[in-house]
Amino acid sequence: MRIGVFICWCGSNIGGVVDVPRVVEAVSALPGVACCSDYKYMCSEPGQEKIRRAIAEHRLDRVVVASCSPRLHENTFRQVLAASGLNPYLLEMANIREHCAWVHQQEPAKATAKAIDLVRRAVAKAGKLEPLHSAAIPVTRRALVVGGGVAGMQAALDIAEAGYQVVLVEKEPSIGGKMAMLDKTFPTLDCAACIITPRMAAVARHPAIKLLTHAEVTAINGYVGNFKITVRQKARSVDYDKCTGCGICQEKCPCTVNSEYDQGLGTRKAIYVSFPQAVPNKPVIDRAHCRRFTRGKCGVCQQVCPSGAVDYAQEDVLFEEEVGAVVLATGYDLFDWTRAYGEYGYGRYPNVITGLQFERMNNANGPTGGKIRRPSDGGVPENVVFIQCVGSRDEAKGKEYCSRVCCLYTAKQARQVLEKIPGAKVHVFYIDVRCAGKAYEEFYQDAVARGACYIRGRVSKIYPTGDKLMVRGADTLLGRPVEIEAGLVVLATAMVPGAGGAELARLAGVSTGKDGFFQEIHPKLRPVESSTAGIFLAGSCQGPRDIPDTVAHAGAAAVKVCALFARGEIITEPVVARINERLCTGCLACRLVCPYRAVEPKSIPARGGAPERTVAVVNSGLCQGCGACSATCRSGAIDLAGFSNEQLLAEISALCH
Amino acid sequence: MNLSAPSNRECLIALVNNESGQQVEKCYQCGKCTAGCPVSYAFDLMPNQVIRLIQLGMKEQVLSCRSIWLCASCAVCTARCPRNIDLAAVMDSLRGMARREGVAATGRGHNVFLFNKNFLQSIKKYGRLFELATMLSFNLKSGRPFREADAGLAMLQRGKLKFSVTRTRGQAEVARIFERVAAVESGAGKCN
Repeated sequence: MRIGVFICWCGSNIGGVVDVPRVVEAVSALPGVACCSDYKYMCSEPGQEKIRRAIAEHRLDRVVVASCSPRLHENTFRQVLAASGLNPYLLEMANIREHCAWVHQQEPAKATAKAIDLVRRAVAKAGKLEPLHSAAIPVTRRALVVGGGVAGMQAALDIAEAGYQVVLVEKEPSIGGKMAMLDKTFPTLDCAACIITPRMAAVARHPAIKLLTHAEVTAINGYVGNFKITVRQKARSVDYDKCTGCGICQEKCPCTVNSEYDQGLGTRKAIYVSFPQAVPNKPVIDRAHCRRFTRGKCGVCQQVCPSGAVDYAQEDVLFEEEVGAVVLATGYDLFDWTRAYGEYGYGRYPNVITGLQFERMNNANGPTGGKIRRPSDGGVPENVVFIQCVGSRDEAKGKEYCSRVCCLYTAKQARQVLEKIPGAKVHVFYIDVRCAGKAYEEFYQDAVARGACYIRGRVSKIYPTGDKLMVRGADTLLGRPVEIEAGLVVLATAMVPGAGGAELARLAGVSTGKDGFFQEIHPKLRPVESSTAGIFLAGSCQGPRDIPDTVAHAGAAAVKVCALFARGEIITEPVVARINERLCTGCLACRLVCPYRAVEPKSIPARGGAPERTVAVVNSGLCQGCGACSATCRSGAIDLAGFSNEQLLAEISALCH
Repeated sequence: MNLSAPSNRECLIALVNNESGQQVEKCYQCGKCTAGCPVSYAFDLMPNQVIRLIQLGMKEQVLSCRSIWLCASCAVCTARCPRNIDLAAVMDSLRGMARREGVAATGRGHNVFLFNKNFLQSIKKYGRLFELATMLSFNLKSGRPFREADAGLAMLQRGKLKFSVTRTRGQAEVARIFERVAAVESGAGKCN
């Protein structure tokens, strides 16, 4: 064994605390160490050259670098080894900066002793290192996007435009998501439909996008570059190849249901197209309400359909898709305030509505044709009160976090009331107005200038007085309770993760934060990557965000997918778990602890003609080298390459002597 | 108001938190307590302002305000606080601190203070409430000797007010409760 040790001063970062010459002297005496030297900046080009020369001169077969954290420069030094003809995994690092010099600045003598110990540990492990080799796995250049809102559509279009195939799965009968429900959007007041409907058409038209609406992902198997997805196409009860989208069935259907698209303020039929601009613009039958399915009678739609497209016998179809990457874009839902806020009436007062209901009412194709009306009697509300942070920033009743979009859409809605109802009074209760965004503060100030009265305080109670509502709140700037008689109250309810997000997280093996939003792997540097390689996040499924941020986030996710596809193959880290089948008892405790679902059972022939036995096997494409299985294995059958039991024990015994 | 003047902010917050079991620094001043308070019309400081004074370490102002004595302990504020702060408990601990530190209650708050004191004295002495003596003493000390005299007369006629008091059997236990409270209070922290 010929080990070379290289100790870095890191300027004065290490050298100012640790007595480097003393470390060199102590380490040179260790068994197996063929040479030991120091340099001011080992990571610099002259420092690297020093290592390269020493490898050739002393015919080194293992290298130890004592410097900063391996997070910073392990890769740099591995490349030095590779350039010198050594296997890059024959490198071991000792962190004498973060783990030593920086934290023991006041005690240089002890820091020097600790640095010697840390290097001795690294030398002991280096003696046990083995060459490791990375492998290349081919990538299927086809992406799955789950969710057809603005985030999913953006990601799908960006990936398709880059020249790759996309499968877009949407659970609702139409794509468009929440944005298709909105009226105008802040801060530019451009109409949401004018922006989103051309996008929807572009998605449907794009030759590289396979659009599956009214469908759900039921299984995600495999690993980065090689996923196998199972999709359930829910029965539409309408043959889309025959249907022309004429709409006669909707007209004649005798069964009326509350419309989800209109947030319960309008109605639809049991056979329906969600909204006039829906894509695809063909109906589905809502079997939970259709009389044919609930009572076995009716059949009007089938009789009136001129193309014979209505098919009551249609069933759900399961099929598989092979993709290389997955983008989750499942969006948000609104916090159900009617279960939590008794002081606002638990939803018993029809004139207390949510911001999204207001959007529907305010929209030209909404239930009131764009007129702001009181749902109770259709009257014009002359006094409208907006309440912000309903469910947001409320750890007692809702969520602790800020939903980020409500301040601006409330300002926008306040402005629209003032524009549409001449002489109307608008009051907005707020805790803080948060307008961090381009042209956002100006937009809010504009709402104030147009006459919206902002009151700093929460509302404690809403109760009916005659046909009005009494809103009792506080003006904390005045230091007094205040009361306002309102014709209409609009609640800015919190954004919560989209329904089905938890189930999808389980299928995809991605982690979620404490509020149920999908967790990104690094909050700043890797905001679109999930904890599972090859699965990316787009839009508000990762956290509350508005439309510009959602589009940017989805674009970033698309770029990550394209980068993966452009390479065409994945170089796998060789630091993965390996199972010794001779020792494995098949208890599969490792399978339970693996966070990446990389362990699976396998049957192998047993010795001496006995029946087959089960052992665990690691999928090296999925394994991220965390080592949980190795620590769990009670028969010591699992070794993590580069961190084997033998190597770790050598380190421990070096430290203990 | 000079906020850079020396104050013992951390100490006051810690003391109130310790006695009330709450975290007053969590309050973000939304004012929902004030909005729901049924007696705030009589307050000199709104509930959220009481909390704000604690957050700023202004002990004299908070202990001498009327609101802590006029608080009816209905706990609507507690039920609706989005930050899970039990304001009624905070008010209670402020009353205890004011009494211990001898901060005089002002205005209508003074009467509440007096009544509380007389009530507890009666319990301490007899193990139960001696209504007639408590009311007479309260009326004399508060400077309105004939307050509620008509009601008192009617109660006397119906035999609801007694001239003497029957002592309870559990008087020894009641005395022990008072001793225990005194011991706990003597160990309570102080801030300057």
